[in-house]
Amino acid sequence: MKSFLKKALVISAISLAPAAFAVDMTGAGATFPYPIYAKWAEAFKAKTGSNLNYQSIGSSGGIKQIKAKTVDFGATDNPVKFEELEADGMVQFPAIIGGVVPVINVDGVKPGEIKLDGPTLADIFQGVISDWGDKRIAIMNPGVKIPSGPITVVVRADGSGTTAIFSDYLAKTSSLFKDSVGSGANVKWPAASTVGGKGNEGVAANVTRVKNAIGYVEYAYAKKNKMTYIALKNKDGNFVAPDDLTFAAAAAGTDWSKIPGMGTFITNASGAKSWPITGASFILLYKNPENKANAAEVIKFFDFAFKDGKKMAEELDYVPMPDATTDFIRKNVFTKVVTK
Amino acid sequence: MDITQSHSTPTPQALRIAKLQRVQDFLFQRVTQFFALGVLIALVGILISLTINAWPALRTFGPGFFFSTEWDVVNGQFGGLIAIYGTVVTSLIALLIAVPLSFGIAVFLTELCPQPLRRPLGTAIELLAAVPSIIYGMFGLFIFAPLFAEYIQPVLAATLGQIPGLGILFSGAFNGIGVLCAGLILAMMILPFIASVMRDVFDIVPPVLKESAYGIGCTTWEVVKNVVLPYTKAGVIGGVMLGLGRALGETMAVTFVIGNAHRLSASLFSPGTSIASTLANEFGEAEAGNHLSSLFALGLALFVITFVVLACAKWMLSNMEKKQGLKT
Repeated sequence: MKSFLKKALVISAISLAPAAFAVDMTGAGATFPYPIYAKWAEAFKAKTGSNLNYQSIGSSGGIKQIKAKTVDFGATDNPVKFEELEADGMVQFPAIIGGVVPVINVDGVKPGEIKLDGPTLADIFQGVISDWGDKRIAIMNPGVKIPSGPITVVVRADGSGTTAIFSDYLAKTSSLFKDSVGSGANVKWPAASTVGGKGNEGVAANVTRVKNAIGYVEYAYAKKNKMTYIALKNKDGNFVAPDDLTFAAAAAGTDWSKIPGMGTFITNASGAKSWPITGASFILLYKNPENKANAAEVIKFFDFAFKDGKKMAEELDYVPMPDATTDFIRKNVFTKVVTK
Repeated sequence: MDITQSHSTPTPQALRIAKLQRVQDFLFQRVTQFFALGVLIALVGILISLTINAWPALRTFGPGFFFSTEWDVVNGQFGGLIAIYGTVVTSLIALLIAVPLSFGIAVFLTELCPQPLRRPLGTAIELLAAVPSIIYGMFGLFIFAPLFAEYIQPVLAATLGQIPGLGILFSGAFNGIGVLCAGLILAMMILPFIASVMRDVFDIVPPVLKESAYGIGCTTWEVVKNVVLPYTKAGVIGGVMLGLGRALGETMAVTFVIGNAHRLSASLFSPGTSIASTLANEFGEAEAGNHLSSLFALGLALFVITFVVLACAKWMLSNMEKKQGLKT
């Protein structure tokens, strides 16, 4: 009997040997990057045997979980301020880029046909402009037939990184919006016709079902549901349509190395082709983590994602981080984490 | 002689059995008592934990919390009136529609329906009660709301909306989603509960009572009004309260169709929010502090509303029974 046990132990030890360094990493947070993290995790597991368990519970939830030290890393679309990072002994870096897209449901209007600038968009979302027949919309769209009708504004009912990015853009381009609404994951929308949807899918569902509605969703949702997006005027004065090229242009125009804690929205970025409502999703790590082996594996995971995960990101309509930025992250962020 | 002897001095075996049975009885009583008390402990525990968590918000905003329409996460100002109003109004709309309809269904099924139809119709209504609430929500948002906006809202605005005073309830843009839509979906959800309870209690009216009423020449309506309803009112009110309880706490379906806007509006067409839908939307992402605490305070408000409703129902019933006693 004893010899049998011994044999069994030896056999199981041998069979486990190749995965001896495999660990189970845990992460929690933003829902927006979940599909790409899952895809990267699958590829990473095939290569190293290490497993990533990522719970997409929302940005605020991700911050809560990492602060409670229940996960190896937190993920948030709404970056944590540098002072707060320092106080908690955490580092932050952007892992993936995506865009937020205003979408509409107006009869006879094709995708990209309606062009707007930041202040006009802000006025629509705060109810100053309440009809599609408004003069300010018409002036910006000569030659486009827009049927007039009362605008229904669709926003996120739950707190969301998407709202944080979108309201940050509106506050940057409209001082009225900045003073009366402000920016954050959960703001008070003043338009009388405001309707709230839960999650990107809730907003998408409401916009497609309510006539004359306007809302904002992550690019992937707009593309998947074939929604009518609007073209926006960027900082350089050009009208651009949302796609991975204009998101990449916005990301290229941002110098992450200059920002303490790397926490910034890439809204209203300069560059001729930049999409003005671009955002990154961030990862939070402790500088001196309790579980050092897991933290080392998390760093390996994102190193792998930056190096080999670009194509996977593009396939899912995300924009991978530019090389200059990933080099900066490797040299200046990863090195700050104590892994031994 | 033998018999009396066995009575006065039972055999040791019988004694053992009796002792064992006494112990069993005792254990059984204690265990069931523990289960029953467990419910009470859980209830009190929920109430206490809600109050503790809601305390920071109640201290900051005072009793004004329940009368303030402010809900501003950015500036940290919170008040519960909009959500409380939404909860109460949607539930009232639901009752207003569901109670008469359920009554009609129950009367038809028990008094008028041809025998072969009774079973399938009754089962269909019970099945309706088994549909999960998220299905009602999806049906409401994807199918009902667009039709409601296209065909029903314009008609309501053109007819009821023209009545002076009442008209303001049916004004505004035809969005489909809103307080009225949520009320209608709720009505659809609670209807099977109320209808099946009413049917069951109507069924227990002794046939001899009804037959004697028919025998002296009563019409069906007179039988229902003068025999069936007085005999079953406790059960009927119980069914209505069951429906109301479900309407007050319904979360998912309401979240889909109420519009989730923190705005108080006189019009039933405009989007609003209810306590349960606010909790569902904001709990996951609420920052610790006044926001989270205010959500707990809303939960406490819902608890109190439900409790008051149930207490009122009990009080009404006992009052009615007393009057009944005086009459006869």
